[in-house]
Amino acid sequence: MKVIVFAKQVPDTSEVKIDKEKGTLIRDNVSSIMNPEDKNALEVALRLKEQLGAKVIVITMGPPSAEEILRESYAMGADMCYLITDPLFAGADTLVTSKILAKAARLIGFDLILTGRQAIDGDTAQVGVELAEHLGIPSIAYVIDISINEKRVFVKRELDEKIEILSTELPCLITCSKEINIPRYMSLSGIFSCYSKKIVVLDNKVFGFKKEEVGLLGSPTKVKKTFTKIVNKKCEIVETDLNEGIEKIEEILSSIGGM
Amino acid sequence: MVYCQSDKEKLHPVSYELISKASEFHGMEVVALVLGNSEDAEVLFNYGADRVILVENVGSYNLEVYTDVICKIVKKESPEIFLLGATQLGRELAPRIAARLNTGLTADCTNLEVNDGLIYMTRPAFGGNLMATIICEKHRPQMVTVRPNVFEKRENKKLGKVEKVKIDYKESRIKIEEVIEKGLKETDITKAEIIVSGGRGVGSKEGFEKLKEFANLIGGVVAGSRVAVENGWIEKEKQVGQTGKTVRPKIYFAIGISGTIQHLAGIHENSFIIAINKDKNAPIIKMANLAIISDWGPVIDRLIKRKIEKEKASVLK
Ligand SMILES: Cc1cc2nc3c(=O)[nH]c(=O)nc-3n(C[C@H](O)[C@H](O)[C@H](O)COP(=O)(O)OP(=O)(O)OC[C@H]3O[C@@H](n4cnc5c(N)ncnc54)[C@H](O)[C@@H]3O)c2cc1C
Ligand SMILES: Cc1cc2nc3c(=O)[nH]c(=O)nc-3n(C[C@H](O)[C@H](O)[C@H](O)COP(=O)(O)OP(=O)(O)OC[C@H]3O[C@@H](n4cnc5c(N)ncnc54)[C@H](O)[C@@H]3O)c2cc1C
Repeated sequence: MKVIVFAKQVPDTSEVKIDKEKGTLIRDNVSSIMNPEDKNALEVALRLKEQLGAKVIVITMGPPSAEEILRESYAMGADMCYLITDPLFAGADTLVTSKILAKAARLIGFDLILTGRQAIDGDTAQVGVELAEHLGIPSIAYVIDISINEKRVFVKRELDEKIEILSTELPCLITCSKEINIPRYMSLSGIFSCYSKKIVVLDNKVFGFKKEEVGLLGSPTKVKKTFTKIVNKKCEIVETDLNEGIEKIEEILSSIGGM
Repeated sequence: MVYCQSDKEKLHPVSYELISKASEFHGMEVVALVLGNSEDAEVLFNYGADRVILVENVGSYNLEVYTDVICKIVKKESPEIFLLGATQLGRELAPRIAARLNTGLTADCTNLEVNDGLIYMTRPAFGGNLMATIICEKHRPQMVTVRPNVFEKRENKKLGKVEKVKIDYKESRIKIEEVIEKGLKETDITKAEIIVSGGRGVGSKEGFEKLKEFANLIGGVVAGSRVAVENGWIEKEKQVGQTGKTVRPKIYFAIGISGTIQHLAGIHENSFIIAINKDKNAPIIKMANLAIISDWGPVIDRLIKRKIEKEKASVLK
């Protein structure tokens, strides 16, 4: 069984700083990490490798520096890693990103595709599902448990008001929520050997997209501007007199009938 | 066109919010699309729908069936703009549709403006650190998902008759094996008028019990920050913020919550925020309308005590 995990390199958004004047991100000195839920997806694949002897393939699209998360994947136990990188692909929205990833999946071949539920930078949760549609395979999102029986995949997913058990056929695509598992650490021997492993680089020579089909040019959506929220609420601060604070709260509550 | 999600034969509140918003767009016909058995499809006319299409011959949500049916209708009607609620199921359905229609999709928008047929879609990204305005110039429809509670439901009465249709679809490859309802949905924080929300500063599950007691007394519900959820002090579906729910109460108590951008992303700007925090420099203080700089425990204890005393007094009277 061949399992492809799609993983994205993202800035650690808990460290992101904002240029308030320009309304842009300051990315200098912000560390890059593997998107957290993609690590959960990789963990699912590695467990399938242990249980069923699955072959685990990790693919990322990004700048050449995205290689780092592939080294990390090797150190966790992946069998084969691919880096899709080409200046023509820069600025792709989710539709174009998913088209490129779909083509890569087709070239490499798969029985199961795993992605994270959502990337923490773009935050759209769209790439996985769109990718499945391009490949014409079923997709199930927000999965928190998975098992494979013969040619069928059984999953559990948690929605606000209910838990669903669903099943579908292979090949299919599953997006993994962080509740699904706790990803393992890189193994010590893995860390030693990961730099000697081969990363296959795929650029547009392999894909053969026309330049107007991909990247910013081919993307239907475009970011017109970015800005930061300006907040100027007037806050009344009560610091020393607790009674005063409590009375104020009661006043506000009684104004809407709560006290 | 607006896809109006319906759960167990009742429309999801976001459906009314999106219809209300769409009816503000000048010179556009608002078409509501409802799938399954919805008793209240007709009510959409009261909020500004010019037409309501009800597809009768589909059961409850199945990604493959719904994608198939909706794409067929969109191809037939060719709307300029297509809005969907960013509920969990909406966020699964919308990308599948967008990919099949080969068009752009902007996720989780918090503001929409239409100008010359082009929709300017504003959404948070990078964990709420940045807002981006996005356009989709050439591809149609321009697709958008919007979280519940972002727009207001507004009456705008129109007259019409629900158009009932039947659409053929392919059988789904996804099978629903079992559904476990999570029992009573006693407290949906997205609908509450008063929310008592706690964070790391509340310190323990026992602390949250106290918040619950206070909330019950004042007719509110309890919610929490992600840290509170991760510590197991409160259920995941009560998380407020970027990766939780967007809420729009009249009053929002932020108790022992620092007020990071990801948390604030989930509170509507019209809510009156009361912060109780030890730290005068916590970011929540800048966002609050009223801030009490104190350990939260004594404040809540006294509010509880005084409320109980007042109730006793009014019984005696
Ligand atoms: C401010 C801003 C706002 C944006 N808003 C939108 C928008 O509304 N609509 C839109 O279409 N695009 C948008 N984009 C572009 C979008 O962020 C990129 O297309 C991005 O590469 C993929 O989207 P995402 O980060 O939301 O991923 P998600 O869809 O959240 O990612 C889901 C999963 O897909 C996989 N995946 C995603 N990207 C890759 C990759 N490069 N390599 C390998 N696996 C991957 C991972 O497993 C990931 O967990 C925006 C970009 C910016 C900067
Ligand atoms: C991609 C991403 C998405 C996220 N999504 C969400 C989200 O949806 N929702 C969310 O909430 N967070 C989210 N977070 C996490 C967020 O960044 C913060 O970590 C979190 O909101 C902090 O929770 P907190 O305010 O409870 O804790 P802290 O930030 O630790 O704040 C605790 C506060 O309590 C005060 N305090 C301590 N003791 C007392 C006391 N005895 N009395 C009164 N005050 C006291 C402190 O002064 C402090 O201000 C997200 C993060 C990322 C990176």
